[in-house]
Amino acid sequence: MRILLPAALLTAKAMAADLEVTVEIPRLGVAEYHRPYVAIFVERADQSVAASLAVWYDQQTNKQESGTTWLKDLRQWWRKSGRDLKMPVDGVSGATRPPGTHTVAFRAAKSALAPLPAGQYQLVVEASREVGGREILRVPFQWPTASAQPAQTKGQTELGVVKVAVKP
Amino acid sequence: MLRILTAIAVLTTVSPSLFAHRQWLLPSSTVLSSTNPWVTVDAAVSNELFYFDHVPMRLGNLVVTGPDGARVEAQNQATGKYRSTFDLNLKQPGTYRIALVNNSVFANWTDNGQPKNWRGTEEAFAKEVPANATGLQVSRMSSRVEAFVTSGKPTKEALQPTGVGLELVPVTHPNDLVTGEAATFQLLNNGKPAANLEVTLIPGGIRYRDQLHERKVTTDAEGKFSTTFKEPGMYWMNATTGGGRRPGGPGGQGGPGGPGRMPAGNRASYTATIEVLPQ
Repeated sequence: MRILLPAALLTAKAMAADLEVTVEIPRLGVAEYHRPYVAIFVERADQSVAASLAVWYDQQTNKQESGTTWLKDLRQWWRKSGRDLKMPVDGVSGATRPPGTHTVAFRAAKSALAPLPAGQYQLVVEASREVGGREILRVPFQWPTASAQPAQTKGQTELGVVKVAVKP
Repeated sequence: MLRILTAIAVLTTVSPSLFAHRQWLLPSSTVLSSTNPWVTVDAAVSNELFYFDHVPMRLGNLVVTGPDGARVEAQNQATGKYRSTFDLNLKQPGTYRIALVNNSVFANWTDNGQPKNWRGTEEAFAKEVPANATGLQVSRMSSRVEAFVTSGKPTKEALQPTGVGLELVPVTHPNDLVTGEAATFQLLNNGKPAANLEVTLIPGGIRYRDQLHERKVTTDAEGKFSTTFKEPGMYWMNATTGGGRRPGGPGGQGGPGGPGRMPAGNRASYTATIEVLPQ
């Protein structure tokens, strides 16, 4: 967190706000477990994608298939954003993560959030697991914000608690 | 090949029940994200969608168009008892059109009192059929069975109409269909809007339900129609001109079970398999 100069408040872009996202990947008692592919992105009010923040997937390529083979299974992300990108994307692509709680922070100045105009958005977390299911969760947030009010929701199958905190 | 397509073409030689069967191409995936993906495609004529229960579609008239508009080779082609199959390597990103196309010309005339029947391509017709033949009657039959697959971002270069027969022009891209969103398509007949044409849409999985759940929509003056898919899955889309009891159709003049010879007139059918993904 930083102390903001009053002048910086005049333009949203110049603001040094952070978006902190906490994603819980549940531990599942299944015979064949693969870590889920996860996309974290920001949607506008019309559900179009304003920013792709993170995509966790298997980046290794073997003889059979390239690491991007199953990215399409992150269906909404793939349709609205992924298919327009050339993977891997610096600062967005990342390795899959094990069960547990993962917190990732996106700094306005250094991430896809930088060009985001002030307004009401939804933080979307979409998870898809090989030989498993798919789940998509949305958490609304105001960008930027004057008060740090975290919001959260909870998944039923592929995701646990997803928490979103905008830090002024 | 050609047994099925020809059978449909030569209406007078087949029973009307053939029209109960449905022709289709079924790709293993329609939306792909890997860097050098493959799809395998089944081609069959069946009653149930999409199960192999009747005869294979022959691959003699297979035309695969790549994202740059050039032909793409179909590999590992094989025809079995109930289906044909082939593989496509989607080397370029973009949309591929997979089509089984049959365009035929039929002519009959009288030569010194003897009836003559002729069937062939448009090119052969110009060479082989005398333009001033006595009592010359000409009809054209066009059949197009399609499916679409996309590697990466959907493109439209491969979907340019050829101007022959019934063809689909995407307003909504056929590899960008999801439940709950309206999709719009345009149908052209010989390059012109196919207005007031009935289009049938049937979801796959017929074997495991009692009702067809078929939906019929009619094209507007521009040949366009819109529909919203409630359920995800593979859908069979079909439209036909010149069928029914019209001349050349079952029960119509020159058609199976109908009186007389095939009159001058054109028939065209368009079939596509489209996939609707869940939101």
